[in-house]
Amino acid sequence: METVASFYETPEPARFTGIRSWLFTLDHKRIGLMYLYAILFWFLLAVLLGGVLRLELMFPGETVLSPQLYNSAFTLHGVIMIFLFIIPALPAVFGNFFLPIHIGAEDVYFPKLNLLSWYLYMAGGAIAVFSLFSDGFADTGWTFYVPFSISTNTNVSTAVFAAFVLGFSSMLTGLNFITTVHKMRDRAMGWLQIPLFTWSLYATAWVQLLATPVVTITLVLVMIERFFNVGLFDPARGGDPILYQHLFWMYSHPAVYIMILPGMGVISEIIPVFARKSIFGYKALVGSSLAIAIAGSLVWAHHMYTSGMSDTAVFVFSLLTFVVAIPSAIKVFSWVATLYKGAIQMTPPLFFSLCFIYLFSVGGLTGLVLGAAGANIHVHDTHFVVAHFHFTMFGGTGFAFFAALHYWWPKMFGRMYDFKKAYIAAILVTGGFMFHYVPMFILGLQGMPRRYYDYLPQYATGNFFAGFGALFMIFGIGLMVANLLASLGRQRDAGPDPWGGVTLEWTIPSPPPVHNFVRPPEIMAYPYDFSGVTDRSAQSPKGE
Amino acid sequence: MPVQRDQTGKKMGMWLFLYTEIILFGGLFVLYAVYFSWYPQDFILGAKALGLGFGVINTVILLVSSFLVAASITAVHKDQRNTALAALTGALVCGAVFLVNKYFEWGHKIEIGIYPGSERLLDGPAPQNLFFGLYYVVTGLHGIHIVIGMVLLGVSLVLVFCRKITAENDAVLDNCGLYWHLVDLIWIFIFPLFYLVV
Repeated sequence: METVASFYETPEPARFTGIRSWLFTLDHKRIGLMYLYAILFWFLLAVLLGGVLRLELMFPGETVLSPQLYNSAFTLHGVIMIFLFIIPALPAVFGNFFLPIHIGAEDVYFPKLNLLSWYLYMAGGAIAVFSLFSDGFADTGWTFYVPFSISTNTNVSTAVFAAFVLGFSSMLTGLNFITTVHKMRDRAMGWLQIPLFTWSLYATAWVQLLATPVVTITLVLVMIERFFNVGLFDPARGGDPILYQHLFWMYSHPAVYIMILPGMGVISEIIPVFARKSIFGYKALVGSSLAIAIAGSLVWAHHMYTSGMSDTAVFVFSLLTFVVAIPSAIKVFSWVATLYKGAIQMTPPLFFSLCFIYLFSVGGLTGLVLGAAGANIHVHDTHFVVAHFHFTMFGGTGFAFFAALHYWWPKMFGRMYDFKKAYIAAILVTGGFMFHYVPMFILGLQGMPRRYYDYLPQYATGNFFAGFGALFMIFGIGLMVANLLASLGRQRDAGPDPWGGVTLEWTIPSPPPVHNFVRPPEIMAYPYDFSGVTDRSAQSPKGE
Repeated sequence: MPVQRDQTGKKMGMWLFLYTEIILFGGLFVLYAVYFSWYPQDFILGAKALGLGFGVINTVILLVSSFLVAASITAVHKDQRNTALAALTGALVCGAVFLVNKYFEWGHKIEIGIYPGSERLLDGPAPQNLFFGLYYVVTGLHGIHIVIGMVLLGVSLVLVFCRKITAENDAVLDNCGLYWHLVDLIWIFIFPLFYLVV
């Protein structure tokens, strides 16, 4: 392939140089990277916060955190992980970078709006930090449930405002992606020739657009209640606090699909490449993404079985919750079927993807325990819930993020990282993960509630093991990030297609040139046709 | 490889954004629907206290302003710049009159002791507190949208004046117009819910 200057050397717009070529850039690739740096920062911060929380819980009684500080710390951990890491991680970093390339476009449809979204993201983060230094960070948990969020003296308004701004950022990104997929797609690319990662982003973008305004208005109402004391959720003045929960989860449950869908898209990209085999059930995967987006928007009240809803409502929402499990299971089935009889080549991204499938399946199956109304009453608000959503959110989306980092790193930076250290890091993270969260399932079944800084003596062993696992996990994450960053000192020698991928990003140089494509992209009739790749590797024994 | 962007994409983006605005107000309408179904009698009493006059006048004003905005777009398409400028100015005046009206309406309510947290509402029946609470929140949020819409119309006015918006390049005016129509449309729902439920 001919050598062309990468987007690092050619700013867009060209009149800016140095730091300004990043801060004022309209290039989707640079914006994606700016998101990556910010998101990694927040992620590592929240991981450390989580570590401190588990340190407090490792031994009975008050050790490193006071009860009040513990409440603020888990709220901050939740707010950062949800609003600043998981929701934007895959769409904002990899979506920005690869969605236009996947559809043969040179940028997103609204480049300026894209940059604005990044600034809103940074502003939201800054507001969250600011609220740390004034009256203490909110101690409500990331759900900001009324009436406590209205009556507590901590700085809920600022935290809520940060989430409000971040919601805007996410919504505008979704709007941009939908328009881009519709209007910028290469004319030769039909709907069923779009790569699955982009399909999942498209489905996600709709959920972002549909659901985010609901949480926006809910958060606005929390602010209004705190400033003007209207009493819309105050039972003494006619209001109903349960309505707040409905409004909140009407967004926040679809939001968990905003978090997981792009992760599933990443896995759908990685598995066929390293199985050297066309993805099993392309249409089923596309359909299940859309089905998850639709059905996932109708299950919000399964967070509220114990809040005092009618039995009919509990029944309906329980049923709908079980329905969402079907498309998720279709995806897992398709991934496993893709691996079956494939020519599997083990690499760090595939290793992370396999861990994803296992951890996400555990998370999904325990989700059914929680979705069943009867079982839910027993484990509601216990550590079982904590373990469940960490299995799906961290074991799912988090691992998909790691897999995406390792898969696309050579494309984004043009440099390959050390495989051995990547494997060691992956094993540490996964092993630590199991040690960390499996005890929580048991603790939850035994009845240990979540969100307390202390516990009864019989829970000491499980909590000690969990804290132990956290240590391994944090060490593994540190090693993983260090290994990736260390690769930046190497030569740009990864080549355009180090893995043997077939989607469009592997047809262009690494790192890509500023307008992505040197020649007009050639759209394949089917996006996962590996016959060209297997022919190539048959000619060269190393498979390069 | 410069790509000629399809201009309809800009409108598509705007429509998607308008959708989010509808959902935003939708959250408040959900609150209204639930509380209305619980306390219909108190909501009717509240609506009686609001007085129809202000509501009717503001509805007419907004409908006229929407017509003027639509007229300005047609005028731009026909290259009648002065007509477009006049229509946009008229729409802006309508917006301002709407806000002045709202100021007097709210002022009157506050004078007779109806505002969030007032003694009259705290001591009165709880459901009426909800009605007036929703009234202030919904019309307040709508008022903010009127202000944003007026800023957008103002920008369009300046751009038409500077000949940046022309018959070929009308996406900005079109989108600002769409926003204004949405703000108008939301009022069309607010008006019966708060003033006409009697």
